[in-house]
Amino acid sequence: MREFGYQRVHDVSGAVALRGADPEARYLGGGTNLVDLMKTGVERPAHLIDVRELPLGRIESTPDGGLRVGATVTNSELAAHPEVRRAYPALAQAVLAGASGQLRNMATVGGNLLQRTRCGYFADTTQPCNKRAPGSGCPAIEGEHHNHAILGASAHCVATHPSDMGVALAAFDAVVHYETADGPGELPLAEFYLPVGDTPHLETALPSGALITGITLPPAPVAAVSRYRKVRERASYAFAIGSIAAALDVEDGTVREVRLAFGAVASRPWRARTAEQALTGGPATAAAFAAAADAELAAAEPLPHNGYKVTLMRNLAVAVLTELAEEAAR
Amino acid sequence: MALPTTSAITLNINGEKHSLPVDHRTTLLDALRERLDLTGTKKGCDQGQCGACTVLMDGRRAVSCLQLAVAAEGREITTIEGVADGDTLHPVQQAFIDLDGYQCGYCTPGQICSALGVIEEHAAGWPSAVTADVRPEAGPPPLTAEEISERMSGNLCRCGAYASIVRAVARAAGVETDGAHTATEDKETAA
Repeated sequence: MREFGYQRVHDVSGAVALRGADPEARYLGGGTNLVDLMKTGVERPAHLIDVRELPLGRIESTPDGGLRVGATVTNSELAAHPEVRRAYPALAQAVLAGASGQLRNMATVGGNLLQRTRCGYFADTTQPCNKRAPGSGCPAIEGEHHNHAILGASAHCVATHPSDMGVALAAFDAVVHYETADGPGELPLAEFYLPVGDTPHLETALPSGALITGITLPPAPVAAVSRYRKVRERASYAFAIGSIAAALDVEDGTVREVRLAFGAVASRPWRARTAEQALTGGPATAAAFAAAADAELAAAEPLPHNGYKVTLMRNLAVAVLTELAEEAAR
Repeated sequence: MALPTTSAITLNINGEKHSLPVDHRTTLLDALRERLDLTGTKKGCDQGQCGACTVLMDGRRAVSCLQLAVAAEGREITTIEGVADGDTLHPVQQAFIDLDGYQCGYCTPGQICSALGVIEEHAAGWPSAVTADVRPEAGPPPLTAEEISERMSGNLCRCGAYASIVRAVARAAGVETDGAHTATEDKETAA
C-alpha cells in the first residue's frame, strides 16, 4: 500500500477545502470499500480525509413528508430507522440484503453510493481494465462475465454497480446532495451515475472534489407497499446476481402507480421506466407484469455467459409485483 | 506539501488506553495483534469477507481488518480479551463452550464478538434480511434460528460448526427452544 497522510475533519467546509487542494486525496467514510481497494493497489491515495465525524449522521423528516439522510449515517442505522421501515420498507430491506452486520455497522450512505464495481478484472491490478486503467481494454467481455451487465453496457466496460441500497434509492427518486468549494449542489439519482460509453472510469456526475453530504427521499405514498428481493449465489452475505426494488399501488385491479428498479444488471441502479409506463393504468395481472418486464428487457444485450439474467429479471419482476398486488389488495 | 504518513495515536481498548506511533497504513487488526500483543483477534481473509477479526467499536460489531488504526482513535474498542468479567466467562463464551460452538477455534473470537453484537442489535429491535415484515408496527422479529443464521452470516467457520454456533447464540440470547433446534426446523414450523 502506498503511504498516505491522514486528517480527520469536523466540518464540511474544512473537508471540501482540504480535498480541493489535493487531487490525490480521497474522503474516508466507513472504509469498507476504499481500504480494501487500497490494500490491493486499485486505489492509491496520497491523503485520506476522514469524514466519519462530520455532523452528517442524522435521519430527519422533511417538511414535505420525505426523509433527509445524512451521508455519514451507517447502513445499519438507515435500515433500523422506524420511519425508513414504515415509509420505504424496500429501502430497509435493500440495505439489510447487503454485506454483513459488521460491514453495515461501518459503511456509510455516502460511501455506498460511491462504492466501486466488484468486477474481478477491476480488482486485479495485473489485468487490463478500462475503468481502472483507461484505454487498457476490457477482458470481461471475452472472459469471466457471468455476473456482468445486460443493460446499458458498452464495448469498453460491462461491469455492474454492486449497491443494493442504490436500487431502492433509484426506485424512490432519491436526490443526492453534495458540497464543493463553490457551494452546495444536488443531483437526482437518475442523473448521478454517468452512462458508460467510452469513459467507464468516469462514474458519477459529481463535480471534482465534491463531498456527498446526504440524500433526500421525496414523499412517496406508493413506497409504503414496496419490496426488495435479491438473488445471489448463496443464501446470505454475497453480492446480487439480480435484484429488484418495486412499489405498487393498485385500485380495483388497475395499476395506479408503480416503481421498479433492477440491480446487478447495469453500471448503475437501473430504473425500469419502460416497464413502469407499460403498467401504469393497466391491469395488475401476472400477464401484464410479464409483458412489462419483457418490454424493459427488450433492450438487454446479454453476453455469452450472462443471458440467464434476462430470464431471472423477468421472473423476479413478475414474482415481486404479484406479491405486492396481493399485499395491496389486503 | 507532503503530509506526515505516521501519527502518534491513543487507542481505547477494553477500557485501557494504549499510546503508540502508527504508520497510517496499519489496520486496527494489525495494531492489536502485532503492536499490542492482543492476539485473540484473528486474521483470516484480511479483506472483510470472513469475520474472524470482528471486534466491537462503540458497542457495535465491526471488522478490524478494514478499520485503519489511526481512524479508530477516540472509539471504544472491545476485543475478545475484554469480553469476560475477570475469571468469569461471558454467557456467550460459556454457551460456545457448553454447546461445542467451534471445532478448530480460529473463527471463535470473531464469532463471539459478532454474537455479542447480534444480541444487542436484536434487543434494539433491528430487523434483518430474513425478517418477514420490517415495518415497525410488525414488532421486533423473534430471534429464531433462521434469524440468528442470517445475522451471523458475516462470520465464516471453515470447520462448519454452524449448527452448534446457532444453538450457542440462541442459548446466550435466552431464546433456546431445544437442543436440536435448526434453521430447517424453523422453516418447517413456519410452513
